[in-house]
Amino acid sequence: MEDKNNIALSVRDLKTFFYTNNRCNKAVNGVSFDVEKGKTLCIVGESGCGKSVTAATIMQLLPTLSRIEEGEIKFQKDDKIINIEKLEKNGKEMREIRGSDIAMIFQDPMTALNPVYTVGFQISENLKYHTNLNKKEIREKCISLLNDMGIPLPEKRIDEYPHSYSGGMRQRAMIAMAMACNPKILIADEPTTALDVTIQAQIFELMDKLKKENDTAIILITHDMGVVAELADNVAVMYMGNIVEAGTADDVLRRPTHPYTKALLESVPVLGRGKNQDINPIKGSTPDPYNRPIGCQFAPRCNWQTESCDVMPEITQINETHQVRCHKYEQFFEKYK
Amino acid sequence: MKKEILKLRGVKVHFPVQAGVFNRIVGHVLAVDGVDLDIFRGEVLGLAGESGCGKTTLGKAILRLVEPTDGEVKYISQDDNETELTSLEKKDMDPFRKKLQIVFQDPHSSLNPSFTIFGSLQDPLKKFGIKSKEERRKIIGDLLEAVNMRREYMDRYPHEFSGGQRQRIGIVRALCLEPELIVCDEAVSALDVSIQAQVLKLLMQLKKEKNLTYLFITHDLSVTEYLCDRIAVMYLGRIVELCDSEDLYNNTLHPYSEALISAIPVADLDKQTKRIVLEGDVPSPVNPPKGCPFHPRCPKATDICKTEVPTLKKYSTNGNEHYASCHLIDLPEIS
Repeated sequence: MEDKNNIALSVRDLKTFFYTNNRCNKAVNGVSFDVEKGKTLCIVGESGCGKSVTAATIMQLLPTLSRIEEGEIKFQKDDKIINIEKLEKNGKEMREIRGSDIAMIFQDPMTALNPVYTVGFQISENLKYHTNLNKKEIREKCISLLNDMGIPLPEKRIDEYPHSYSGGMRQRAMIAMAMACNPKILIADEPTTALDVTIQAQIFELMDKLKKENDTAIILITHDMGVVAELADNVAVMYMGNIVEAGTADDVLRRPTHPYTKALLESVPVLGRGKNQDINPIKGSTPDPYNRPIGCQFAPRCNWQTESCDVMPEITQINETHQVRCHKYEQFFEKYK
Repeated sequence: MKKEILKLRGVKVHFPVQAGVFNRIVGHVLAVDGVDLDIFRGEVLGLAGESGCGKTTLGKAILRLVEPTDGEVKYISQDDNETELTSLEKKDMDPFRKKLQIVFQDPHSSLNPSFTIFGSLQDPLKKFGIKSKEERRKIIGDLLEAVNMRREYMDRYPHEFSGGQRQRIGIVRALCLEPELIVCDEAVSALDVSIQAQVLKLLMQLKKEKNLTYLFITHDLSVTEYLCDRIAVMYLGRIVELCDSEDLYNNTLHPYSEALISAIPVADLDKQTKRIVLEGDVPSPVNPPKGCPFHPRCPKATDICKTEVPTLKKYSTNGNEHYASCHLIDLPEIS
């Protein structure tokens, strides 16, 4: 198994439920994964599968109507291991971790930046609370951060407001903010979904650089299998609150073993395969979270559904790195041998 | 023999920028700045580019949802009658609205939440002379079935449907007048991947059944490769490359298309290529750069690019027509 010291964050059997109108939405229903230092873990899935809630849970940024029901989030800080789920949401310890040790980049930079403060002010806030630098040093650090992110004329740009930044620059300012205290873990929740492909390429280049230089562990949440293929070291595929398949990028993309992963890969046209490629839509749509299928959540949309699927399958370890939650994984895995 | 359905000549759409107390016009946003394009009957023409390059405005200008400032949009009917659309009176435009339809990007904001589906969809049918309600219900019901939805759904409200279903309703609305050309403006961009495939397959199937022509506007080049016969790449209001879809990927001529293609993440571990990372953003269309509009970001730019605007020239790759506007192509030009 992996070296224990290499694991920056370890999540075990995490359950986060939302309570509204006397109903319970099991948004995250038993999720386990590890994030290694200097590696990228991609969490993939359709909208509503619980990937963003998982990220919010790790940051303790859940709304009031929800809570962590069960499970452990173990974060390794220096030599101590901290159980994040036990910390108070707005307590001192959690606030120390949030922003400095674990930082997050949000999906939409337009709404995540405050329009009435300058970009420089918003970046320096982080440094003000988490470091002992004085005003002048903070400003210098902000300028060098913006410079690292490739923003032209950072000395001038630092005093500008978010509205005078373009979409790509705003996202870079967000990353500068997240990277200000050299976090050990960076959570990126669909960081490029709102951006153009050319700007997306710039952001990816930047994240790659950060990973290599600072040994940051990255959790990248996305719905795009292409992004996974480009950036991921490890992949976890989520569906309706569960991880259905996990493993290295090689495992999951070359030897997809869960029918949902297979279906996801087959449903998008891939560049370079030309006009005659066959794409297969997944039948139906994701079930209502308040009215879930019993047993395997994917069964109603699955082409290989049988009676045994009425029972929720357990996670099976196929080999050291590759695990899957399906009763019939063997028949898929056979083919790759 | 390929026959045109639309001929665009020098289409320009300029939006005035107003400022000051008296709303003086201080400049123009050159959203579409001189586009020549032929769309042939029965083809799928892709229109690709980054946001802000004017692709949606061009789509709307064709239907006169945005009035073109200059230029011609000619519609050629099946019996070869040419009509210039931009100079028509609003009233005279009606028969052509029937032939040219649009599917909008966001299925959530393009359906009126206070009408049932039937309520929303029956208006165009009423306008074009289908008097009996029974008949209107029949037409809409049949079309709903054609897009794999149930007939009863027409009495429901938009909020009862998921994104993919709403997009299919949007397609039904475009189809109900039996158009010849449909402008699909980012029709699948707002949808989840699994739903996206359903809608793409549906569009292709409808095209075959009803002999439609699509102008498919998208920023996703892997979708255009799958769907389109020809692709036009736009940058800052101009077409920079226009060719058969295979040639765009295999014999790319314009450096912008090359960068755009290399930036797309490919979901295939065996096909990873080096990204060409473009610096900076798309320049403002209020004040486009002198010379080639792409030169400040172009990795290959030379002196001539800074001063002279390249024009769209005709080349030949693989024996097919291939248009591109760049000074640095060393293929022989075809007249």
